[in-house]
Amino acid sequence: MKRSSWKEYQKEIADDRYYYARSCIRQNFFPGSETTFLRIMREALGKDIFDDPRHTSCTGIGYHSDIVPLDTTMAVVARQFALATEAGYENIAVSCITSFGLYTEILETWHEFPETEARARENLFKATGREFVIPKNIAHTSDLVFHNREKIEELAVRRLVDARTGEPLRIVEHIGCHYAKIFPKSGIGGSEFPYVLAGMVEQWGGSVVDYPERRHCCGFGFRNYLVQANRGFSIANSRKKLESMAPYKPDMIVANCPGCAMFLDKWQYALAEMENSTYGADGRGIPVLTYEEMAGLVLGYDPWEMGMQMHQVDVEPVLERLGVKYDPAAKFLGRAGKYIGAPGEAAVNSFSGDRIYRIRQ
Amino acid sequence: MGAINFGYTVSAARAIDLDRNDLGPARQIAAEMPEFAACIACGGCTATCTAGALTNFNFRMVQTLVRRGEYAGAWREMNKCMLCGKCRLVCPRGINTRGVVRLIKRKLGDY
Amino acid sequence: MKRVIVIGGGPAGMQAAVALKAAGLEPVIVERSDALGGKLRDWHNLFPSATPAREVLDGLRKAVEMARVEVLLHTEVEGLTPDGSKPSVEVALAGGHAVQLSGGRKLEAAAVVVASGFDVFDASLKEEYGYRIYDNVFTTVDVERMLNEGGVALADGSAPRRVAFVHCVGSRDEKVNQKHCSKVCCVTAVKQAMEMRALFPEADIYNFYMDIRMFGPGYEELYQRAQQESRVNFIRGRVSEASPTIDGRIQIKAEDTLVGRPMKMSVDMLVLAVGMKAGSSCEKFARTADAALSPNGFLAPADLFSGCVASGVPGVFYAGAATAPKTIGESLAEGSMAACWVVEYLDTLAK
Repeated sequence: MKRSSWKEYQKEIADDRYYYARSCIRQNFFPGSETTFLRIMREALGKDIFDDPRHTSCTGIGYHSDIVPLDTTMAVVARQFALATEAGYENIAVSCITSFGLYTEILETWHEFPETEARARENLFKATGREFVIPKNIAHTSDLVFHNREKIEELAVRRLVDARTGEPLRIVEHIGCHYAKIFPKSGIGGSEFPYVLAGMVEQWGGSVVDYPERRHCCGFGFRNYLVQANRGFSIANSRKKLESMAPYKPDMIVANCPGCAMFLDKWQYALAEMENSTYGADGRGIPVLTYEEMAGLVLGYDPWEMGMQMHQVDVEPVLERLGVKYDPAAKFLGRAGKYIGAPGEAAVNSFSGDRIYRIRQ
Repeated sequence: MGAINFGYTVSAARAIDLDRNDLGPARQIAAEMPEFAACIACGGCTATCTAGALTNFNFRMVQTLVRRGEYAGAWREMNKCMLCGKCRLVCPRGINTRGVVRLIKRKLGDY
Repeated sequence: MKRVIVIGGGPAGMQAAVALKAAGLEPVIVERSDALGGKLRDWHNLFPSATPAREVLDGLRKAVEMARVEVLLHTEVEGLTPDGSKPSVEVALAGGHAVQLSGGRKLEAAAVVVASGFDVFDASLKEEYGYRIYDNVFTTVDVERMLNEGGVALADGSAPRRVAFVHCVGSRDEKVNQKHCSKVCCVTAVKQAMEMRALFPEADIYNFYMDIRMFGPGYEELYQRAQQESRVNFIRGRVSEASPTIDGRIQIKAEDTLVGRPMKMSVDMLVLAVGMKAGSSCEKFARTADAALSPNGFLAPADLFSGCVASGVPGVFYAGAATAPKTIGESLAEGSMAACWVVEYLDTLAK
């Protein structure tokens, strides 16, 4: 794409020493991604990142669903900051886009309306006795991977190309709305052409698909999927994106938001069931990866160790194209080699029922 | 397929899609009555409409939709018109609005 | 001292200079670029009469030449006084302004006419429209250039089958700090839509507007002709984004506000009707001359009614789009008017 103006939207990204703020839902839907992120940061890049079991949900989903009041949310976020302060960290690395948006929004609110910060400090102190220093730097974890994309390329065992032909993989990147649509300045590349994922894809040899509905929301919403009757327009937004990207025959989708990755993946199953429509080039689904999984594959990590068996749409077609050596039989074996169960067959999946693990089972 | 009841259906797209809409009939109407396209959406026709005072008939909106290739229901809507002709008197662009009603009824009965 | 410095050699400046010369004064046009004519040089035809821009430009150039007006090309004004001090009534009474020019040159003058014009809004700031990203997104300025060069075509040289104009690009838009209406873009887009119709008889042509502002003589009539004779479709709604399609076209989204529904379509060519932005030199000039700026960054005239060419600074006058978006006709009228005000000012000083 003819565009270099992403360079005009730069943000400060701390180079080391982060307090890690995890996502609530990622650990269920993409359970290995956060572990993979920590592994990349610590093992591959040698960074100091503190994974704190004491921190909680940011309340983002509750807040955006009008369940949790703003004052409560601010006190909870203030507590995360206090935990970071106590642990001696000034930089926060946020795993979830909703959390990242919420943290930046709260900091901006405190900046514009100092009385809200005073109230949050008071509430936090009354409730927990904790105090905090405002973090020096807040970055989304995709920012950190972007920040280190050149170093990761140096360590790479493969590029995002077809192992047989050398052709770049066609990759759809999807950015969570709250990454840069709230504050364009808080995202690399701004809000119209965010570069955070595109930068990784291009650095590692893939090609980014620029399709008409690229900027469209995945439809996640908050109350829109929480309330069953509202899910119709949540899924319709994902369908709009999938229909728009399908003609480009993408090899995979990569997302930096827990909700987007989850819905772009799982709605494909629901759409196949409800409307008998699939969007992958082979008549199956389009695999959806997190950027940690993409980086992990580039670095040669084992897909099953990264939890990629938990995807709705099978990832094997991407693994095949990349030439990843993996053990098909190990897909549904857990960490101790114990069979963890396999999903039923679905139109979006690529492999039929006679899998080796069934034989083993 | 389709055996699972998820408790919701996929919402239909609301956008007027000018790549899909067939603009042929709208062009035919404009060819027979070129001033049809000169509407400036002042709403005078709807404000004075005898039928619109009593039903949700909105001549301005329906003829705009027709110009976008959205014909569904246009014929039925035009049946609400009482053909009194007051709208034609108020139109600042001199559109034969009554004639437009008749053209829509003649051309778009199948939609 | 009969010298009057005219800053800017566009239509307003040329007209002012010719009128000043006719009144027996010695105007000097200081022009930054390499030729007289300003942005009129980039235009093909002028609304609403489709008069070739060249005709108006040639007339002005000829008048400047006949009047033997001194013209300094490639020259910029650095400040109104050589030492950077503010001009005052005392300075004016003592013989006028010492205008500091680029290259260290200094020029004494009895009065100054600022006709420094406007800047074209940089459409690439509206990132969502993809200007300079997608090959077939153009501005109205690009279309005039293409018309001058002999033909409008897509990047691959082919003829567009569907063209959409987007009004108000860089106007009425807080997001790019352009709150004002540039007023000429509506009629420019209507004019160009009609030119497209003439070039491409079979094409679909759409104009997306927020309000159609047809303020001048013959403009509303032009608009009606565009609707009726040129079969240009007008849709009231601001385009929210443009994105590429797989076949190299551009998908746009807007609301059709008159029916209250979102709308999308793909087009071969997207033309952005760019607005008029305050000239980049306005701010610096206002600072050095102690003159006032309007909130939109244009120079603020002393009075919007009885003093629209007066600056409030003794001996400094304004003409043309330095103070607000204006048509060529309005700029020419202000050029003549500023010259009248200079003459009257110098007469008063002499008494």
